[in-house]
Amino acid sequence: MLLVVLEHDRGTLGEPAREALTFGRTLAAKMGVEMHGAVIGACAAGPGPAAEEAGAHGAARVYTVEHGVLSDFGPEAWGESIAQLVSVLGPRAVLACGSERGNEVMAQAAARLDWPFVANCTDIAPPAGTGGQWTMTRIQWGGSLLEDATLAAAGTALLTCGLHTVASAPVEPAPAAPPETQAVPVDLDAELARTVVKDRVVLEAGVTLPTAPVVVGGGRGVGSAEGFAPLEELAGLLGGRVGCSRAVTNNGWRPHSDQVGQTGTRIAPEIYIASGISGAIQHWVGAMGSKHILAINIDPEANMVVKADWAVIGDLHQVIPAMNAEIRRRRDRP
Amino acid sequence: MRILCCVKRVPAPGAKINVTADGLAVDAAHLGFTTSPHEECGVEEAVQIAEREGGEVTVLTLGPTEAAEQLRYAASVGAHRGVLIQTDGSAWDPERTARALTSAIQSLEADGGVFDLILFGNESADSGGFQVGVRVCHALGRPIVNGIKGIEIEGSGVRARREIDGGFEVYELDLPAALGVKEGINLPRYPTMRGRLASKKLEITTLELDAGAGDQALVRLHRPTETVSQTVILGDGPDAAPAAVDVLEELGVL
Ligand SMILES: Cc1cc2nc3c(=O)[nH]c(=O)nc-3n(C[C@H](O)[C@H](O)[C@H](O)COP(=O)(O)OP(=O)(O)OC[C@H]3O[C@@H](n4cnc5c(N)ncnc54)[C@H](O)[C@@H]3O)c2cc1C
Ligand SMILES: Nc1ncnc2c1ncn2[C@@H]1O[C@H](COP(=O)(O)O)[C@@H](O)[C@H]1O
Repeated sequence: MLLVVLEHDRGTLGEPAREALTFGRTLAAKMGVEMHGAVIGACAAGPGPAAEEAGAHGAARVYTVEHGVLSDFGPEAWGESIAQLVSVLGPRAVLACGSERGNEVMAQAAARLDWPFVANCTDIAPPAGTGGQWTMTRIQWGGSLLEDATLAAAGTALLTCGLHTVASAPVEPAPAAPPETQAVPVDLDAELARTVVKDRVVLEAGVTLPTAPVVVGGGRGVGSAEGFAPLEELAGLLGGRVGCSRAVTNNGWRPHSDQVGQTGTRIAPEIYIASGISGAIQHWVGAMGSKHILAINIDPEANMVVKADWAVIGDLHQVIPAMNAEIRRRRDRP
Repeated sequence: MRILCCVKRVPAPGAKINVTADGLAVDAAHLGFTTSPHEECGVEEAVQIAEREGGEVTVLTLGPTEAAEQLRYAASVGAHRGVLIQTDGSAWDPERTARALTSAIQSLEADGGVFDLILFGNESADSGGFQVGVRVCHALGRPIVNGIKGIEIEGSGVRARREIDGGFEVYELDLPAALGVKEGINLPRYPTMRGRLASKKLEITTLELDAGAGDQALVRLHRPTETVSQTVILGDGPDAAPAAVDVLEELGVL
């Protein structure tokens, strides 16, 4: 059996859970085993809705784990629960999505079982025959580089699939009945409550960088914090958001929440207008999800220009104000 | 406060990452090296906490002899001690790395007392195993939470913030504890001239520790296949603005 850890927030399955199930279906087929899901922790409306959705995405059976310590998310309590599920159910592999939580709880489970854990796989092949080994491709450098790796077959393989490696999709045709659910008791030490979420603060929602339809990016070429005014104006005219490179955040010109890249945000706008950005690989991995790219750069050889769909060669301090004026002119036209 | 920060030396590639002929490493022949960005912020956070609360910051790295550069850099921005677990520079799997770091921390704590706070990066910039800090902490019996973008020391505990969609979660841990931090938690300072001079005098403790390889093995590194697009040059300078706005109009984002 392949056990998929279903990421949820107080009972509502998240996109990472659907991705893990979608990825897991293919893997379970390669392994020639059934795919089962596990919902760890309290669900506001009971585990029913989460189990039903897991079933719609291919889980043949869903295990539920409840315990006083699991009132909210806690990496140690979740990791220990996974480790105990492994001991009770003996799956051949456990898969989660390589989201921040997914990787964290699988690392916790691996530490407790003292077994290897392979994070962020894009492709996984189970051992061929007995005594063979797992082979996989996994993400390094936030996606700029891939690693082919092997994992000894002994024990249960602990794996995550890279976030957004697959687009989630329900099974077709939809299963006739919801999956069977089964509660699995766990024995959790009260001490594990030490890393459970204590409080949540909700911030005002608006257009966020990952969901903005247009991102106007600025790099070292912008030259200063004040230099971002015309970029702000362009983003405002297009209902988008300003993004930036690490050179900009390192200079303190913009907050880190605006940074696009390996150690910043991954964006996926309809168009990314990248100005004064050279297009270093660590920036590119955050920008490559953009549907279209327009680069503005004085250097026609810059990587960002080479990789863009369109480019304007020139000084962004002149080009962007001219674009703003042109947009205003067209809008004012009767 | 005794604070420890674990950092990894990584190459700093530019537009492209090249791989060595045997496929086992990034070709760094023409590259500079740096500290993984999350961990650079970890060092800054540790130094800021020590400045506020009083205390000492130790920086620990596992890597080749040259990784001493990263320890000296940390000292140039305020860290007090540097410890190097020396390797031949080859890539170590996460279990092996975690076991060596654990024994180093155990021996440092046996000599100098328990670290009140240990900071890791959320993940290393190159191999990104997402697990070394968690493994070390489990072995030490210490709590750890990852993804941290805010730390406040409060009495004998620490309040930590983690960003989630639409807000943040708050964790409260008693010390001693550990956290995996992310870039953006602070803006790392640049070294001052005085800092640079002081870092030259940093005495580095070198350890040789090995626990043997784990079960995950690197076979080959390669670049993902990329679709090459043909760039349409819309023009030079501000005169190209109408053509650029045409593009926005065609995409329907205007
Ligand atoms: C492990 C690691 C992780 C990293 N993570 C990230 C990350 O998440 N995000 C990120 O962005 N970087 C990241 N970096 C840093 C990255 O390697 C680059 O250093 C950085 O992206 C460069 O920023 P830049 O393009 O703004 O600056 P530069 O590379 O200096 O480029 C400036 C560009 O502006 C152009 N220009 C200059 N003046 C003008 C003008 N007046 N008009 C138009 N164009 C002009 C120049 O031709 C040049 O192309 C990371 C690095 C490492 C080692
Ligand atoms: N070679 C190393 N030396 C020191 N610390 C390391 C090393 N490798 C990993 N770490 C620490 O463990 C964290 C997680 O690493 P990883 O599991 O590789 O993603 C890093 O951010 C570092 O803080």
